[in-house]
Amino acid sequence: MNELRELYREVILDHNREPRNFGELAEADHVVEGVNPLCGDKMTLYVKLRGGIIEDVRFKGSGCAISVASSSLMTERVKGRPIAATLDLVAEVHEMLTGRADEPGENMEKLAALAGVREFPSRVKCASLAWHALKAALTGADKRVSTE
Amino acid sequence: MVIAAPRTTPQAPITDITALRADFPGLRQQIHGWPLAYLDSAASSQVPQAVLDAFVAQQAMNHANIHRGVHELSERATRAYENARVKVQKFLNAAEPEEIIFTRGTTESINLVAASLGGAVLRPGDEVLISWMEHHSNIVPWQLICARTGARLVPTPITNSGELDVDAFDRLLNERTKIVALAHVSNALGTVNPVKELAAKAHAAGALVLIDGAQAVAHRRVDVRDIDCDFYAFSGHKMYAPTGIGALYARRRVLETLPPYQGGGEMILSVTFEETTYNALPHKFEAGTPNITGAVALGAAIDYLSRVDSGAIARHEADLLSYATARLAEIEGTRVIGTARHKGGVVSFVLEGIHAHDVGTILNQHGVAVRTGHHCAMPVMQRFNVPATARASFGVYTNRVDIDQLIHGLHKAREIFA
Repeated sequence: MNELRELYREVILDHNREPRNFGELAEADHVVEGVNPLCGDKMTLYVKLRGGIIEDVRFKGSGCAISVASSSLMTERVKGRPIAATLDLVAEVHEMLTGRADEPGENMEKLAALAGVREFPSRVKCASLAWHALKAALTGADKRVSTE
Repeated sequence: MVIAAPRTTPQAPITDITALRADFPGLRQQIHGWPLAYLDSAASSQVPQAVLDAFVAQQAMNHANIHRGVHELSERATRAYENARVKVQKFLNAAEPEEIIFTRGTTESINLVAASLGGAVLRPGDEVLISWMEHHSNIVPWQLICARTGARLVPTPITNSGELDVDAFDRLLNERTKIVALAHVSNALGTVNPVKELAAKAHAAGALVLIDGAQAVAHRRVDVRDIDCDFYAFSGHKMYAPTGIGALYARRRVLETLPPYQGGGEMILSVTFEETTYNALPHKFEAGTPNITGAVALGAAIDYLSRVDSGAIARHEADLLSYATARLAEIEGTRVIGTARHKGGVVSFVLEGIHAHDVGTILNQHGVAVRTGHHCAMPVMQRFNVPATARASFGVYTNRVDIDQLIHGLHKAREIFA
């Protein structure tokens, strides 16, 4: 039960219940569709950039609590941030989710709540889907990303 | 010293299903401190000791290639392999062993028919009639051959309870329908289709009939001559045998008209660079060295199942299904997907406000193994407008305690997501 509480921390449950920045963004200049074919998670990420800054970011879709909370926490964190710093953050989050980093660094802030997936290998992809999509949006790569 | 007498007399069929659980070593383990409640038999069933023993004996003492060497081991391997074919033939009540082709499983069996039969008979404008409840294995091979031949894939709709819409089937069946391919039992919904009745209608319209029996063979007596289908596909690993072995039944007079599926050894009589003469049935369709040990183990699984009264299996699974369905209703916000009148031992469900994937993780932490996701049946998920479901499915070893553990885990999921 403890590992489950570690996975489903209050902040995860809260962001799953009430996802922030949820919905379409009509004026987005990057739209990326992310899919996790394993469990059927589907999300669309909308990003609007201005002068090297993520001016606005929203998402919509359906998925498990981990994938919805990860998307929601991500949008909250990166809105208003410079692109370059955000790409560094994406790399750090990836390290945290896949367990290569030790304890989550202080700069992870609320995102540290996602570290619980390290004990659940089949759930790492749920948490990383949004971040893959964000990286694709910021680097102008594929319009569709998949965790597989 | 006491020496047990050899068991030469045929034993009475086993009717006490509860005793069978002890035959499965895989069930004697703990997961996260809980006894394993294995409720994923529709994906892969556990393997009984008798099948494991047959597997090891074959691999240890008879490991040789078949239909080649004149040496003892090769002859033993050939006998064991062909003996397994006869077991499959009798298991399905096929007319002769030449109508049984060993494959890797249901998927390969259907691909064989789609490529070989589809390639031979489908013309532009022809139709392949399937249903909305098919597993991707009974959709994608047809899509591929339809794209190659210009034929059209037509899905029969299903009703809100998850039954095949027979009126729609009647309307969709027409003179352009060349092949009808249907699940015997739906893996995602548990629906048992009236395959005999549907096969008769398909034949009357001039179509050939394939039945996907992956979810049926371990749970009910299957008689391919009674169903009167032209092809019947199934997998070993859903009927207490290992992965990587399955079979295809194909009616001889249809099989004789088909071109080979794959080329290689075993399937030929003679080869020159100008011409190849193919081997006789069924070897023509078994290119390369087959999964000999797997076939022998499948034969042992058939022996195992044949000892058990099939009516007792059906009653056991029907009891579990009604028990599980009733207990699921105790949990707030549960919706069962697939409420057909005639169902196999499968219960697919969603919990309002909790994604199936989260349900699966929480259940696993309570020692309960269920399948979560789209069950390789995405059209079914679209039809019921759910992204995914959790699915509990039963085998001969399943008991009410497994289901109680499932219900306990679901209460915990409700608590966590309160």
